[in-house]
Amino acid sequence: MESLSNYLLISSILFSLGLFGVVTRRNGVAVLMGVELILNAANLNFLAFARFGGMNMSGHVYALFVIVLAAAEAAVALAIIINIFNNFNTINIDDVSELKQ
Amino acid sequence: MADFTFWFIALLTVASAMLVVMSKSLLYSAYSLLVTFLGVTALYVFLWADFLAVVQVVVYVGGILVLIIFGIMLTNKISSVNISHTSVQKRMGAVVVLGFIGVLGFMIYNTPWIQLANSEPADTTRSIGNLLMIDYLLPFEAASFLLLGALIGATTLSRKDD
Repeated sequence: MESLSNYLLISSILFSLGLFGVVTRRNGVAVLMGVELILNAANLNFLAFARFGGMNMSGHVYALFVIVLAAAEAAVALAIIINIFNNFNTINIDDVSELKQ
Repeated sequence: MADFTFWFIALLTVASAMLVVMSKSLLYSAYSLLVTFLGVTALYVFLWADFLAVVQVVVYVGGILVLIIFGIMLTNKISSVNISHTSVQKRMGAVVVLGFIGVLGFMIYNTPWIQLANSEPADTTRSIGNLLMIDYLLPFEAASFLLLGALIGATTLSRKDD
């Protein structure tokens, strides 16, 4: 456990799973969950490099900013998703393609 | 013992993250996301990030996850107990993602990372506060403006126009 590589592997698996969720899910809320997984993976990376790079506290501050961005993003994204549901009566993001025609 | 705990938590995190992206039921996805967040929090503790671990629990579990579950409830008929959702192009996505993990894993275990020896700090809160108020004051203020904008934007977007 006292090794940077293990943390990097876990965070790369989390990132890949989040990416998988974003590209394969059709429900808007599920896509948002994939984005949250990706942000968590990035945070894990920041903290792992901070811990094994001489306990550099700048990594912690960056992780804090990522959490702030995640909170703002989740609030706005869910407001948009609820608006989509009110207008289209679905949150299947493949069906929301009005602008395509 | 610490080794065993670490690998158990790592396994728990990855397994619940897999459940998040593969589960058929949207609510199951949300609840496995809870386990993933808690697992990541435990990994933060292993990385000596006590303050970030607490923030993770408060913001992610207490805020974002509740918001997501609200989103699920508001965008589905309450009467339909089994809120299901499907995926597209699972096989292709799995191939790409597995290849991606393979490349990243190969890179990670073949890079000679420089690891500096260091000792566990007594607490991280004081130094995070110092950095936020001195080195990162401008990003800190920008983040507060962003949160204000997100607050107003989310309220404006989700109210009924009448």
